[in-house]
Amino acid sequence: MSRASKLAGPVRLGLAPGNVTRWIILGVVAIVFAIPLLSLLEFSLRDGFTGDYTVIHWTGLFDPENARPYRQLFQAIGNSFVLAAVAVGIVLVVLLPTMLLVHMSFPKLRRVLEFICIIPITVPAIVLVVGLAPVYSVVVRIFGSGTWTLAFAYGILVLPYAYRAIQSNLDGVPVVTLSEAARSLGASWPVVVWRVLLPNLRRGVLAAAFITVAVVLGEFTLASLLNRRNLQTAILQVSQSDPWVAAILALLALAFAFVLLLVIGRLGTVGNRSTS
Amino acid sequence: MTVADTAALVADAAGETPRRHPVAGPAPLRRRGGLAKYLGLTPFALYVLLFLAIPTVLAVGTGFFSEDGSFTFANILGIFEPAVLATFGSSFWVSAVTAVAGALVGALVCYAMLGTKASGALRTIVDSATSVLAQFGGVMLAFAFIAAIGGQGLITLWLIDTVGVNIHENGVWLYQVPGLLPVYFYFQVPLMIITFLPALEGLKSQWAEANATLGGTRWTYWTRIAGPVLAPSFIGSLLLLFANAFSSYATAAALISQGSQIVPLQIRSALISETVLGRENMAGALALGMIVVMVVVMWGYSVLAARTSRWQR
Amino acid sequence: MTDTQALRTAAWPTEPAASLGITPATVELDAVVKQYGAHRALDGISLQLEPGEFVALLGPSGCGKTTALRALAGLEAVDGGSIRIDGDDVSGLPTNKRDIGMVFQAYSLFPHMTVLENVEFGLRMRKVAAAERRERAQEALDLVGLGERGERFAHQLSGGQQQRVALARALVTRPRVLLLDEPLSALDAKVRVQLREQIRRIQTDLGITTLFVTHDQEEALAVADRVAVMREGRIEQIGTPEELYVTPATPFVADFVGLSNRIPGVLTAGTIAAAGATFALLGDAQPDGPVLAYVRPEDVVLDVAPKGKGLAATVVASSFLGSLRRTTVRLDDGVLVAVQHEVAVQPNPGDAVRIGFRGNPVSAVPAP
Repeated sequence: MSRASKLAGPVRLGLAPGNVTRWIILGVVAIVFAIPLLSLLEFSLRDGFTGDYTVIHWTGLFDPENARPYRQLFQAIGNSFVLAAVAVGIVLVVLLPTMLLVHMSFPKLRRVLEFICIIPITVPAIVLVVGLAPVYSVVVRIFGSGTWTLAFAYGILVLPYAYRAIQSNLDGVPVVTLSEAARSLGASWPVVVWRVLLPNLRRGVLAAAFITVAVVLGEFTLASLLNRRNLQTAILQVSQSDPWVAAILALLALAFAFVLLLVIGRLGTVGNRSTS
Repeated sequence: MTVADTAALVADAAGETPRRHPVAGPAPLRRRGGLAKYLGLTPFALYVLLFLAIPTVLAVGTGFFSEDGSFTFANILGIFEPAVLATFGSSFWVSAVTAVAGALVGALVCYAMLGTKASGALRTIVDSATSVLAQFGGVMLAFAFIAAIGGQGLITLWLIDTVGVNIHENGVWLYQVPGLLPVYFYFQVPLMIITFLPALEGLKSQWAEANATLGGTRWTYWTRIAGPVLAPSFIGSLLLLFANAFSSYATAAALISQGSQIVPLQIRSALISETVLGRENMAGALALGMIVVMVVVMWGYSVLAARTSRWQR
Repeated sequence: MTDTQALRTAAWPTEPAASLGITPATVELDAVVKQYGAHRALDGISLQLEPGEFVALLGPSGCGKTTALRALAGLEAVDGGSIRIDGDDVSGLPTNKRDIGMVFQAYSLFPHMTVLENVEFGLRMRKVAAAERRERAQEALDLVGLGERGERFAHQLSGGQQQRVALARALVTRPRVLLLDEPLSALDAKVRVQLREQIRRIQTDLGITTLFVTHDQEEALAVADRVAVMREGRIEQIGTPEELYVTPATPFVADFVGLSNRIPGVLTAGTIAAAGATFALLGDAQPDGPVLAYVRPEDVVLDVAPKGKGLAATVVASSFLGSLRRTTVRLDDGVLVAVQHEVAVQPNPGDAVRIGFRGNPVSAVPAP
């Protein structure tokens, strides 16, 4: 009786595409989007301008003998990681407590906080940098000219993503009830935050941290126009002398970001399964 | 990457109520009087003031002053000179073209994803891939495209070898404004998928079933029901894509090493060379122009997002 | 309850209802099978609806009642058996050609159209001219009492109002069969009662053949001409609400429809001896032996007088239910029995009382 099976079901109703359509669309798009990545990989394996392939670019990068010419490069990569760490620090030390405070004591300010955290989307980095230059001349006078001070601006750039990651966790946790329960059992405020609230916010805080790292590692605009050296500016610079290394770095950075975002995705589903 | 993953965020701000714990409605816990309790907010307030508010005001404000510090509209008017207007025009058409192309292809992919299990393998892969690729902008993406369709790119060479067609016959266009099109397209499509897929999944199966029981066909379902319901979300996502492309700098900077063909590059020239038409505060005026465009576009997006969430409650 | 009882005992209309011009149809499901992998959602069920009849499909979740309805609508394909509407085999017809009206549990109104546009939709699909469309849609809205709300949108209406609009939308095309898939389950209790009576009244006026799926046995008994109790893809019993309640064919039906006490006893040649009383066995003959007898609480009599007649028992708990009381007592052998009685009698936990039985035939199942 399955002649009837074509006459009913989601495909017939228009709810879903047929299998063939689905896989043609996804297949074509997947191939088109894989091409630049594969090209990058292929390029990194090219042996100069001959037609051959070699892994020398890959091995060369990790060969301690080549450390000298690549020193500036590794320094820039180190800068990026320091920047990421400081930016995460800002998120944890400035944004998170503020969000907790607003959530518990200043509910009316929630809309204001949300709005503030959306502004960086409307004021993109290229615009922000115009006004940051004078601010940074002051910053340099106080903190010195190390690259790490750039993280102050990075904290602003990641506000929208970090805010949303933490807030969606916050909305699902009965913060007020938990803190009242803990207080009634005799806990002081530091204990409440450290032992009761933060463990429940682990998912959102981790997601915020990982997104921050991903954003910072990929950031170019502020670093470039404020004359600092980070991963992305280094890639651009090295590409002029050694494009293969630039390609390798781009691939590695991408793979790293992929892993981070995979983990964030996992964190999301793990949490969702338990709250229902 | 600047605007990636913002859909839910802006929709939240636009009035959709996020899922919250039923008892989480907080009453103020501390009854300390007066201004003392606001003390806890000062670190954040100070931080935002220093690194967001002041730079924004400076960015916008310097446009109104000339080098000697006097108030002037000359910079603002400078925006309307043909050279600068042309830059805005280029930015607009690149953003518009990649937004439309990205929206259409992204919507097509979302359609292809309809009916798949939310926790299935296909969905997880697509989710991860789109979040990564939407962030994969700037320098890295530029290189990937140079490696693919640049002068010595994999595809360029393959096309010459197999079909005998040299795409760069009339000069290597990848390093000019037309070269931005495929590259921007590459991160627009994942962004579209991220923002539009929730809308497609919000289509209730009862609508398709009711359409069938009332005598409708697949055609009537898509043209009279799903289409109109998805329209605000589609256009909203389109606007988001436009804003994303318009505010993009890193990719263009990596591909186009010199010149100011689009607004962000014009700002670069103004900041670095300090002699754009002799007015170095042009950067501020350009920044103001960009902000105006962004505010208009993002406001339109938030209005449409609110409408969508109202229907799909 | 009197309203719906009156509606039910009257013969259903055999004249086609002139106002909406509906010609009611017969519906036949014949040994319909639906398989999901290894699981048989429908195990060869057969059901027949007379023209104008209101039949409820009742059962717990997963019993297949919604699957049966959706198979009739064409939203699910069947793997065996046949489905006939007015004698025509519709198994080969897609949903949009079956000329049915369907009301879903929730969310079925198109959110971007006004109420009036929603109701007009089916007429638009049938290429009815605009003026006539508007008129008929307005009529249908008036029928459900929402004539004033034509310009509203779905999200501006309450749940009950939305379902009424859905009903108007389903009826305006004058379908030959009306299908309702748990239309009241998502509504508040009070709205549920009002709306089910309204649905029943409209159905009787129009005389349209109706299949109504629900998991709420009170609802099914209240509105339907006949009720089919389903379990695991099969119909356990089909009959009028009274038949199901008073003479349940199987223990499942006895348990599912109304409340039952399960009292241990012994079956000998068609007679059960349980709790000091004898009962005739209801249903098919069973082998002799220990059984559990299904006795309704209202068939148990409570006597609180100090020297009463009947079986000795101790009150465990008593609940006030508005128009009646339900008291649970424990017999000397430890068996718990629920008794339904008038409100005036107010036993307290620990009281010594006596119970007796009215002696109606009961169904029974072999004791485990």
